[in-house]
Amino acid sequence: MKTFLLRRFLAIVPLILAVTFITQVLLIASPGDYFSTLSESPSMTPERLEFLRAKYHLDTENVFIRYWYWLSGVLTGDFGYSFKYQTSVWSLIGDRILNTLLLAVGALLISWGLAIPLGILSAVKKDSIVDRLAGGLSFVGLSIPSVFFSLLMVLFAAKTGLFPVGGLHDQVYWDFMTPWQKFVDVIWHLFLPATVLGTIGMAQYMRQMRAEMIETLSQDYIRTAKAKGLSLRTVLFRHALGNAINPLITLFGFSFAYLLSGAFITEFVFAWPGMGRLTVDALIIKDEPLVMASIVMVTVMLVAGNLLADILLAAVDPRIRLE
Amino acid sequence: MSAEAAAGRPLLSIRDLRTYFHTSDGIARSVDGVSFDIFPGETLAVVGESGCGKSVTAFTIMGLVPVPPGRVEGGEILLGDRDLLKLPESAMRDVRGNDISMVFQEPMTSLNPILTIGRQISEAILRHKDVTKVEARRLSIEMLSRVGIPSPERRADEYPHQLSGGMKQRAMIAMALVCRPRLLIADEPTTALDVTIQSQILDLLNDLREEFEMSVLLITHDLGVVAEVADRVIVMYAGKVVESAGVVDLFERPGHPYTRALFRSLPSLEHRGEALQVIPGNVPNPLDFPSGCRFRTRCPIARPECATTDPQLIEAAPRHLVACPFSSDGGDAQ
Ligand SMILES: Nc1ncnc2c1ncn2[C@@H]1O[C@H](COP(=O)(O)OP(=O)(O)OP(=O)(O)O)[C@@H](O)[C@H]1O
Ligand SMILES: [Mg+2]
Repeated sequence: MKTFLLRRFLAIVPLILAVTFITQVLLIASPGDYFSTLSESPSMTPERLEFLRAKYHLDTENVFIRYWYWLSGVLTGDFGYSFKYQTSVWSLIGDRILNTLLLAVGALLISWGLAIPLGILSAVKKDSIVDRLAGGLSFVGLSIPSVFFSLLMVLFAAKTGLFPVGGLHDQVYWDFMTPWQKFVDVIWHLFLPATVLGTIGMAQYMRQMRAEMIETLSQDYIRTAKAKGLSLRTVLFRHALGNAINPLITLFGFSFAYLLSGAFITEFVFAWPGMGRLTVDALIIKDEPLVMASIVMVTVMLVAGNLLADILLAAVDPRIRLE
Repeated sequence: MSAEAAAGRPLLSIRDLRTYFHTSDGIARSVDGVSFDIFPGETLAVVGESGCGKSVTAFTIMGLVPVPPGRVEGGEILLGDRDLLKLPESAMRDVRGNDISMVFQEPMTSLNPILTIGRQISEAILRHKDVTKVEARRLSIEMLSRVGIPSPERRADEYPHQLSGGMKQRAMIAMALVCRPRLLIADEPTTALDVTIQSQILDLLNDLREEFEMSVLLITHDLGVVAEVADRVIVMYAGKVVESAGVVDLFERPGHPYTRALFRSLPSLEHRGEALQVIPGNVPNPLDFPSGCRFRTRCPIARPECATTDPQLIEAAPRHLVACPFSSDGGDAQ
């Protein structure tokens, strides 16, 4: 187990090198740089522009030189300063990553918290009204585009006033709130974006949970468990669930990783200050140090998500040994 | 042997049991009017070709027929004074694993891969007996040792994939017997195992039957197994019992043409080297059994009347029932 974790941890290094190098290539290959947009400003002289480009090593198109400048900084623990905000990239990313994590965990709780019980229920009551209803719901869930659903929810929030239309917390009263009030306020703001993001995966997980559960319930060892006189509840939760959920744990890792890196649209619609927006904004204006650091962070989180799945899997299934 | 079987009341009485499966292709009458008794302490073998309804009979006794598509259409299963078919599910759960246990055909897949052997055995005890977890574990280990599993303390903490096929079946037997049931149903317990391990398991079952004073309902299609361990035999064909007799009686004077055909398809000591005779024709489809006698399509002595009259089990000799009115008319001529 320890060696497994260590190995996985070390494997992250070449992965990050590869991903950041490719990002560097793409940044150079696409036209313009951060200062191109500034060049239109009347106060910007060509000399000053040249000076700035040289200072930030944007004056060469050689990928290896540019990458080396970045990497040598990173190796000394310096990821650089954001061109735009003129502060260390970590001070920007630090908060954002927590917000993204919050949104991802909220979405996971909603999608898995609904998908697993509904999937089990549909499997146990196969072909009943409950099953059909859940099936219909998941069909709707799979067919609604998430952008449309996001906008629908924003509209709902705006019309009813039940939920805030966006943001991480209240802008006006935040500084006057007690810690508990702050917590409630953040949850209240989190609810709609997490719901939108959660429903994207929910339908799929529910279907899979249902299928796995039906498959598991037809296994011989379930019959053995029943033959011992165990109650349906014990058979379901002690004997079936652990086996049925196995394939979903891998999916859980993927979904976590996906939520961490792919929540951009939701973050945008709900003005949620997360990593997605930060990264995309940085990409658009070519704020290179910020782009590179974000990419590193997202990669680490992707690997962490999958690692989490591996560890859970080993905990559930004794046949899997992490070596 | 059958002397003790003949004495006293049966432990379990099955009367006119019918279990059908309602499939999209039609109704499969897998068990269609089966009656037999199991007496205390005896081993009753149920033999018959694949698909004749042996397992479905066993599942019906256990109340484990999958509903739907299965449905018990009628009959009685009397355990003492109680009709198991009339028991509510909660009462039936108290019977399962406690009064009647079952060992299944497939030891490889019949144990839960994610729970330890010890846990799977002790949960049966904890379900039915008023004992502590520590006590249940002790009893499980004792039972593992009784069924011949070496270093049982260690094995109790292992998972099924760490055990061989024979060991798994021993663990299954331990699990089934740990609550000391009065009846053990063993559904082809050795079919999936190596020949050498097969006889070890059969010997074990025989020893345990004597030690625990229980009855065994042994399902098999292997007449060799029957000869080795059974006291009495039920022969099933197409969802019906066609013959029922003591084991010696059956082997010496098989009555039903189907039973005789089964013996001819068996490699016997005297006829070693002779070509085996396979029963001609196919097992009839349970969705569409022939009218009258269901064996008539493959029967060497079939007559026109066989298509119209349903043969009843009649006493051809004392305690020897045969469902063929023409069985004494030289059915063995071929
Ligand atoms: N779940 C089910 N759905 C539909 N039909 C079934 C089901 N289970 C059993 N049957 C039918 O019942 C018939 C009898 O099956 P059963 O398993 O009792 O045979 P068997 O005598 O135990 O055979 P084998 O020696 O192969 O185990 C089969 O022909 C099958 O078509
Ligand atoms: Mg069978």
